[in-house]
Amino acid sequence: MAQTKDTSHHPWLHRFAVLTALFTLALLGVGGLVTSHGVGMAVPDWPNTYGYNMFLFPISKWVGGIFYEHTHRLVASFVGLLTAMLAVWLWVVETKGRTRKIGALVILGVLLLMGGLMGVREHKVFLGLAGVAAAGMCFSIYQFQRDGYELRWLGVLALATVILQGVLGGMRVVLYKDELGIFHATLAQLFFALICGVALLTSSWWRRNVPLSPSQTKSRSKAAAFVSRNLRSLLLATTAVILLQLVLGATMRHQHAGLAIPDFPLAYGKLWPAMDAESVMRYNQQRQEITAAHPITAFQIGLQMTHRLVAVVILIGVGWCAQRLRRELGGKHPLTRLGWFWLATILVQAALGAFTLWTNKAADVATAHVLVGALSLVTGALACIIAFRQSAPLRAAPASAAFDLTRPESGARPVAAQK
Amino acid sequence: MKTKTILAALGGLIVSLQFATAGDITGKITVSGKPPAELEIKAVASDVNCGKLHSEPVHTRFYVVNDKNELADVFVTLKGISGKSTGASAPPLIIDQKGCEYVPYIGAAQTGQKIVVKNSDPFLHNVHPTPVNKAGGNKEANMAQMAGGADLNFTFPAPENFLRFKCDVHPWMFSYINIVDHPWFAVTGKDGSFTIKNVPPGKYTIVAMHRKAAPAPAGVEKEIEVTAEGAKVDFVLEAK
Ligand code: HEM
Ligand SMILES: [Cu+2]
Repeated sequence: MAQTKDTSHHPWLHRFAVLTALFTLALLGVGGLVTSHGVGMAVPDWPNTYGYNMFLFPISKWVGGIFYEHTHRLVASFVGLLTAMLAVWLWVVETKGRTRKIGALVILGVLLLMGGLMGVREHKVFLGLAGVAAAGMCFSIYQFQRDGYELRWLGVLALATVILQGVLGGMRVVLYKDELGIFHATLAQLFFALICGVALLTSSWWRRNVPLSPSQTKSRSKAAAFVSRNLRSLLLATTAVILLQLVLGATMRHQHAGLAIPDFPLAYGKLWPAMDAESVMRYNQQRQEITAAHPITAFQIGLQMTHRLVAVVILIGVGWCAQRLRRELGGKHPLTRLGWFWLATILVQAALGAFTLWTNKAADVATAHVLVGALSLVTGALACIIAFRQSAPLRAAPASAAFDLTRPESGARPVAAQK
Repeated sequence: MKTKTILAALGGLIVSLQFATAGDITGKITVSGKPPAELEIKAVASDVNCGKLHSEPVHTRFYVVNDKNELADVFVTLKGISGKSTGASAPPLIIDQKGCEYVPYIGAAQTGQKIVVKNSDPFLHNVHPTPVNKAGGNKEANMAQMAGGADLNFTFPAPENFLRFKCDVHPWMFSYINIVDHPWFAVTGKDGSFTIKNVPPGKYTIVAMHRKAAPAPAGVEKEIEVTAEGAKVDFVLEAK
């Protein structure tokens, strides 16, 4: 196997990854609007739209909730296409000869297959597809770390994820499983983080800011300073808590229980709301829900209280991360700046959470809360990726050199070259 | 053969005797306290299609109450009776979609009774019942109904209170249908009154439930005795 090229030599590949990330963010926005408006089921069939092939569904019929749901499906298809292109591109850049041809053909074949499946109604086929996509995700993660962290496997991972994501979305509609929306929302956030990760790893910034060995750091730029082990753990843990928070948020949204507690900062006028059966009954009596009319439960009240408490934990965690980054790396280090940006996203996010309640869950505010939530997760994930590369101290050169992405200056990939 | 005919005749006699002596339960439901003001559903006016059908703002229908505090849309039923459904032979319950609202907002039908959903609007709705008693066999469905499209039919095999119908194209559209497995129930009219017809004489628990008025949604229970002359029972629910 011979991979001689380095992905970061491809500015257009990087730009394409950024473009895919931007469209993914837009997709998160449209998807968020679908849920915010409570119209996830506005198009009862899938993959067809009211019996039409989804790309031929007449614009005159895009009304009410159908507008959001149908737009979501179209943008999602487009992001799927971009993802397949990104996967092919990464593959072609990193391989040669037969591997290159076969891989690219396989990816294109998968894309055609997806197009072909548009006419299928059989639920079993889609369940099978979801299984294959999930297996594909596991396989590509395995290959990614086995093959010396070659980005092409992230491309394959992204493609498998987007397929699973699409099938989850569709199954949710045809199986009436609103709960699947929780996975769909969570996977969407992870997918966005993945694409942003690819964008980072293909950037010239990533290539230029190679970590140095301890002896080099003393004399060289601050950008190459090390992140201590404790701080790395803190970054990772905080990011994980944000992921948890997204899952909690998605659960609230898909139970249409965002307003299970309507007031903030108090909860039903108290620091901790009563959740006994009688109180819950009274809350339901007093609720004046215009959409998503469903009685709320004690569980859903507890869920929102947990979400609030976790928000406090995140705020402290991210604030602490930013502070520690500044101490370890200095105020000018890009990672420190990223830390401050991260803190800003969290503050905005907390404010949007509060405004979601104060506006009685205005759809645009709730959707902004989803989007900034995604940004805060991605910021944490990127900070982790950067910090883990800047881990100190580096081990003896050969072993860590295998981590070719961390050391592009080492030229050809030692691990791959050995094979 | 002969015994069978005699038995059948006897059975018929008992049934008709029962009906002959069965009485109607009547009553009136009022609400104490002041119901909160209904909210305007602003999304109706801003919807390209629905907005055209209304010159006045459309409001929620939590408390349909008149100036005498008489409360409509209360579901009244006998409690603890099951397996007596005559739904299969009962005329269908009609739900209409008109001006992007379900009519009625609150309804009731028997298990096995046909529920016919019509679309009187010149555009599409989605009819989406979301039963909770899925274990009992009530099925969720989500069906498009075009303008002038054929009526949709639903039946539910298991009892369930306030089974929600919704439309996902117009996410404010709801109708709540109570499914009962006996024929002795009613929904109060605009004047808060109800009549439950042909109740065989005996002692019963009767319950009046409203989605919002306390105690909601469990409702208020009363013990009554129905005679050949029927029975009369009033309820007071509370707006909190
Ligand atoms: C600061 C950290 C926070 C993060 C990272 C966060 C994240 C999220 C996310 C991602 C969602 C939507 C999930 C989805 O549908 O995919 C969500 C929903 C929600 N969040 Fe937060 N949130 C935070 C703080 C808060 C705060 C302080 C409040 C105020 C009480 C709040 C209130 C809500 C509500 C009410 C929902 C449900 C909205 C709906 O039903 O549409 N959040 N959160
Ligand atoms: Cu509708």
